[in-house]
Order: sequence, then C-alpha cells, then structure tokens
Amino acid sequence: MERLRFWVQALWFFFSNGYWAFPASGTLYQGPLKVLCSPGLNCYSCPAATTFCPIGSLQQLLLGVHLALQNGQAYVGSYVLGCMGLLGTICGRLICGWACPFGLIQEMLYRIPSPKVAVHGKLIWGKYLVLLVLVVLLPLMVVSDFGVGLPWFCKFLCPVGTLEAGIPMLLLMPDLRSAVGVLYLYKLCVLALVLIWSVAAFRPFCRTLCPLGAFYGLFNRVSLIRLKFNADNCTKCGACHRVCPVDIRVDQLPNSGECIRCLRCCTGACQSNALSVEIAGYVWQIMRHPSDRPCAKRGCL
Amino acid sequence: MTAPPIRTQQTNSRSSSRFRRTPLILLLVFLLVLLAGIAVDEPARVLEQARSVCVSCIGIG
Repeated sequence: MERLRFWVQALWFFFSNGYWAFPASGTLYQGPLKVLCSPGLNCYSCPAATTFCPIGSLQQLLLGVHLALQNGQAYVGSYVLGCMGLLGTICGRLICGWACPFGLIQEMLYRIPSPKVAVHGKLIWGKYLVLLVLVVLLPLMVVSDFGVGLPWFCKFLCPVGTLEAGIPMLLLMPDLRSAVGVLYLYKLCVLALVLIWSVAAFRPFCRTLCPLGAFYGLFNRVSLIRLKFNADNCTKCGACHRVCPVDIRVDQLPNSGECIRCLRCCTGACQSNALSVEIAGYVWQIMRHPSDRPCAKRGCL
Repeated sequence: MTAPPIRTQQTNSRSSSRFRRTPLILLLVFLLVLLAGIAVDEPARVLEQARSVCVSCIGIG
C-alpha cells in the first residue's frame, strides 16, 4: 500500500506540475487548465504548475475584496471556497496523504536516515491559527488606503512558494534577481528550516502550519471517504497507534483531523480487521498484501 | 517496479447503522457556493491571477 501511495503521490506531483516547456517559453504555464483547483498545496507561480493553488487564490481574492466590492465585482472567494469544500467533503485529508506535492517532498526527506523526533502535540493547533489569522483575517482586515491587503501566508510563511516558484523563477527570469532582498532571504531560511525539520519529523509542515491541511482536517469526520472502526473486532493491541506516522490513537479517534489516510493502520498493523475504509456508506475491508508486513516501528516506510 | 495490487473486499452492501446526511448537505452547500462564484465570473479572475507571477508570494517585492 505504501508503494501504491508513493506512485499516486508522484503522479499527482506531475499532474499538478506538468508544464515542462517552461525553460523554452521562459515563463509559467498560461493555459486554460489553470482555472482548475489543485487539491494539494502547489504554488501557481511555479513555472510548471498547471492548476491554481487554493490557498494562494483564496488569499488573492480576500485581500482584494474591498476594492472588488467598490468596483461592483462580487469576487469574495466563493469559487475557490466551493472547490475546496467539495474536495474536503469528498476526500477529507486523504488529499494530504495521496495528492499533495509538498507532502511527498517532506516524506522523501523523512526517508533520509537520521535521528527522528516527534512533533509536540500542542503544535498541531498552529495550522488552524495560520488558516484563521494569516489566510483569512489579516488579508481581509489589514488593507492599504487603496483597499488592498497582503497575502500574509504566501508572503511571510509559505515554503512551497519559495521552493516551487521563488527559486525557479529567479533562475528563469534574471531580471527578477535585482529585486531580491531581505524578504527573499527570510523565506529561504523558512524553507530551509522546514526541510531540515522534515528530515527529523514526519511531515512537520502539514501537521503544524499548513492551512490547507487544517481546512481539510475539519471534514475528516464527515467526509465521504473515512475510516471505520469496529470496536467488537479490536483486541486493544495498540498496533495501529504504533504504526501511525502522525501519532493518532486510531482506536479512539479513527477520523481525527490529523489523519492523512495513509492507511498503514489498515494494511500494516491491524490483524483483527477492526479497521476498514468507508466510501460513501460502503465499507471496504482492505486485505493485506503479502508485502504489507505488520510494521512494529512508528514511521517505518 | 510496480505497485502491488490492492485487494478489497466489500463487507456489507451499505453501512447498516445509518445513512449519513451531513456529507450530502455539505456537498450541496459547497456546490451552491461554487456555482455562486461561477455566476459572478470569479473563475476568470482566478485564471487571470494564476497566469501571472505573484512576486510578493515568492518572496520578491
């Protein structure tokens, strides 16, 4: 299952970043696919990006709400919010585990042999704070005299923009290099910290800072695709908790907002068929493949 | 290297406990929100933004 998940993640990475003609064209993708919502966090300023980033676009619309309303345009982010809400209601955080390009990058870094550390439990609330304050409130409320705000999350925190767009665009457009300043260096430091943290901890950005993960996490309990726990079959062995890379007590909170639906608990841990996947009311017991041996160590890949 | 096949077994035809209305209501609500956005031509604005480089987003300017 882990191998399948890796290939699905890799496919989504290339679907979301499928414009490989950018070195020849010298600019980013301009085609009609960019009206489609990327399910994962994927900067639309990346020269290879073929879809729009939901968090980036939502912020751009929210920061310009005052000006748009003054001009009689009702651009309040409903199209982007509708896309995000539909994805969240259908999949929940399954998207984080299976379709997010930056999630894949963090997981690849976590495979580097090194001492591993846990993410402190209280830090998981950070992403909800980022969603509320940096993505929604500040762009809406802190506006210039012209009625335009700032993309606070993208500008001051998002490491994806630096990695996928900042560095490639500077290589692609030499004219931009003269504009590099303190902000760019600060964002390079944020990116470096997140990447180093990802070597030591499993998906630290997704678990502590990602506003898209926070949004999808709100839907985990009600989404059409979710985990189903059968208490009658559970032997309380704790194997599901031991293999969970995001440290969830699966037998107590199978649909926690932290669960990214990697399904290791279903395929690599539970021997008693206490865990299954529910898709739109239908319950599927995933049979273990011979290669999915029970994994005793947390975070094993 | 190919991914191992995933074998699934449908254990019961319907979740016998209850029919969940919440996701259907949420789907309907977000579909309406999406359509409201399309009605005011917001996709064109999103497309316009996504086609340009957001220099402040990538740490320049």
